[in-house]
Amino acid sequence: MFLSRSDAITLWTLRAFAAITAAITLLIAAFLLLESGPALQSPGLTHFFTDRAWFPASATPQFNLAPMIAGSLLATLGALLIAVPLGIAAALFSRFYAPPFLALLFRRLLELLAGIPSVVYGFWGLVVLTPLIREWQPPGQSLLAAILILSLMILPTIALLSETALRSIPQSYLQGAAALGLSRHSTIVGVALPAASSGIISAVVLATGRAIGETMAVLMVAGNIVQVPDSLFAPVRTLTANIALELAYALDGHRAALFVSGLLLMALVVVLTALSHWVTRESQHA
Amino acid sequence: MREPASVSTMLTQRVADWRDTVATILVWSSALLITAVFLWILGDLLLRGLPHLSFEFLFDTPMDAGRAGGIASILVSTLVILLVCMTVSIPLGIGTAVLLAEFSRHNHFFGRGVRVSLDVLAGVPSIVFGLFGNAFFSLYLGMGFSILSGGLTLACMVLPLLIRSTETALRAVPDDFRRAAAALGLPAITTLWRILLPAAAPGVIAGLVLGIGRALAETAALLYTSGYVDRMPGSLLDSGRSLSIHIYDLAMNVPGAEGNASASALVLILLLLIINVLTFRLVDGWLHQRITPH
Amino acid sequence: MTDSCDSSTLRPWAQRQACCPTFEPCIEVLDLTVAYDGKTALHRVSLDISRGCITAIVGPSGCGKSSFLSTLNRLSDLTPTCQVSGSVRIEGQEIVGQELNLITLRRQVGMIFQKPNPFPLSIHENLAFPLRHHGMNDRQRREEEIEKVLSRVGLWEEVKDRLHAPALGLSGGQQQRLCLARALLLSPRILLLDEPCSALDPLASAVVEDLIASLRGDYTVVIVTHNLAQAKRIADYVAMFWQVDGAGTVIEHGSAGTLFDSPADPITAAYIAGARG
Repeated sequence: MFLSRSDAITLWTLRAFAAITAAITLLIAAFLLLESGPALQSPGLTHFFTDRAWFPASATPQFNLAPMIAGSLLATLGALLIAVPLGIAAALFSRFYAPPFLALLFRRLLELLAGIPSVVYGFWGLVVLTPLIREWQPPGQSLLAAILILSLMILPTIALLSETALRSIPQSYLQGAAALGLSRHSTIVGVALPAASSGIISAVVLATGRAIGETMAVLMVAGNIVQVPDSLFAPVRTLTANIALELAYALDGHRAALFVSGLLLMALVVVLTALSHWVTRESQHA
Repeated sequence: MREPASVSTMLTQRVADWRDTVATILVWSSALLITAVFLWILGDLLLRGLPHLSFEFLFDTPMDAGRAGGIASILVSTLVILLVCMTVSIPLGIGTAVLLAEFSRHNHFFGRGVRVSLDVLAGVPSIVFGLFGNAFFSLYLGMGFSILSGGLTLACMVLPLLIRSTETALRAVPDDFRRAAAALGLPAITTLWRILLPAAAPGVIAGLVLGIGRALAETAALLYTSGYVDRMPGSLLDSGRSLSIHIYDLAMNVPGAEGNASASALVLILLLLIINVLTFRLVDGWLHQRITPH
Repeated sequence: MTDSCDSSTLRPWAQRQACCPTFEPCIEVLDLTVAYDGKTALHRVSLDISRGCITAIVGPSGCGKSSFLSTLNRLSDLTPTCQVSGSVRIEGQEIVGQELNLITLRRQVGMIFQKPNPFPLSIHENLAFPLRHHGMNDRQRREEEIEKVLSRVGLWEEVKDRLHAPALGLSGGQQQRLCLARALLLSPRILLLDEPCSALDPLASAVVEDLIASLRGDYTVVIVTHNLAQAKRIADYVAMFWQVDGAGTVIEHGSAGTLFDSPADPITAAYIAGARG
């Protein structure tokens, strides 16, 4: 396309729009830094890991974020352990195992599930899942509940994105495998999964980001007690839930401490984004 | 060339060894498990919610902290928050996408900067958007806990979705149209409005639906921006409680409101479904009419 | 330009000369060099193109024929890495390296592409939209113009009952004629055709070729073609492009009769002979 004089105005408008869009990310980072500034100066970043406990509102405040970080990481790890194999199996099912109409139905189901709001998952976890766990091992609201609900939430993402990755394998690979007389299992393990691996890895990275960042569902089922859990049935509090629970009444140093955890979350996201870029690029070079 | 389906069928017909059998059993049982769990969730919500769902539920205001009454004011707040979000994010999103797809050279630093920034934005957890919205819109810009603040926070959140799908759709429009338009002496802006955006419309609309869905489903980003107040909002600067926050509040803070919480959850899911189905129907019909001869 | 030249029948060059009797330069190209990302695609091309005649650009692929064509209406501007130097004058007006109104230029220099590219609009809207855009607001006149131009390309009878059907539903040949109609509608003086028949089946190709032949006299036509037989059938003048030291250039040009019957350059002779055999 080419530009006339009136187009120049349009172009500058578009540039302004794009500049605003780009500025949002910077603005978020800037405000997180600004608000967490007081806490980063005193008590200082190391206190968030070395303080005795999390008593942010007491006269001698203690800001140990370690239990929340442990909560977030354990919940995410557990959810990945369940959702990754199930999600890949679901993708394989819809791509290779299911008859076409069933595959389509299954995809629709996954899409529906991907669209269910997190607060609804949380609600279901609260009224159905935690009572069941309570009957088994009280109190019910626990790391396990958080793991199960999180894995339900990230499963559709992993399944749908992996399925797309499997679908974009060149048809000739599969024909080649078929021509060699490979069994379905050997074709999948030897040809399909390796060829789709970078897509599947990005799906898992994306799902990891969602799991770490998830707030509502976890908040509603995890019990929210600040402690490093000693078992699957112990209540935990994640970084995100901590913010949601305490921002309402947090003042000064306490508020700043919550923004520090926000900064921490954002940093994790940047690392994960970079990781997924790196995975994609590596696979393009290979 | 064989169709993908027929290769799969061919694979199905291979003689199976024992690993094949084990894998088949594992994959099928995974699929069954997933289906069963999700039918359980949906069935459960239906069983709990349907008895409370009625015409009055939609058009009454909440009473007794939400245990009784309906969700009229909640629906209004939700819609207005959504409206604010879309009014801001649609022009910004489409404008940025057009710039990225049509007017920025591939490796230009500005375009690259915008893209990286969007990638990060797409991954930022919603509670962090909530923190930002609270600090920037509510406090720094003085909007307080208000529908405006909540809507703007959501706008920041859905922007990456809108931009990515619009940009992809524009890039998929064949260059033939751009060359034809240029050769006819049509300026860029006319080409954009009359040819490129209409041709990209299905992708743009798909992005829009995704964005609306994400905004409707969002809770954490609204907790500390649009607030909790369940009254009918009088202006954009009033606090307004969205449907998702209503579900959260009823479930966590109001004992004995489970029924209404389930009904609200059903309404939310139905809204999402209706938006999805309706839009794709519309887009399909429209496409059909454009491409196929009469 | 005389009316006696609008015939669409194919004639040998001796008779064709009557339509295009004297050489009057309309486009004057001097030392034109085109490079992409610093790599030269076209090297110092000089060529004059006569008003009201059909000039065919022939030669193997990759010798800069399309690059040459796209400099004549500055469509090369669409490729950001493309650098053009030298001189192209159209009716005496320099168009290379100048700030000039591209809209006016491209209204005067129409272009048809290898792959038919009607817009994803109705047949009618494909024609009405550019007209409206270029300021023809009188609906009545617009409709008349559309009917006239559709008749000119022989489409009117075929589409008059479904003017509001999608243009993409037409066959390839019909689409290409619609594109030609769309270009003619803006009354250009010059038409650039970039292998307009190569994406069409033989029958549709023949129809479009006849149509192009019928433009002689009314328009200055520059046509890039792979098809030597086609060039022979319709061209008044021929320019032979060839790749020399990695960049395309003109190795011979002249009237079609001379070039085909007694080529001066041995490469041209061999190319024509090869194509004949």
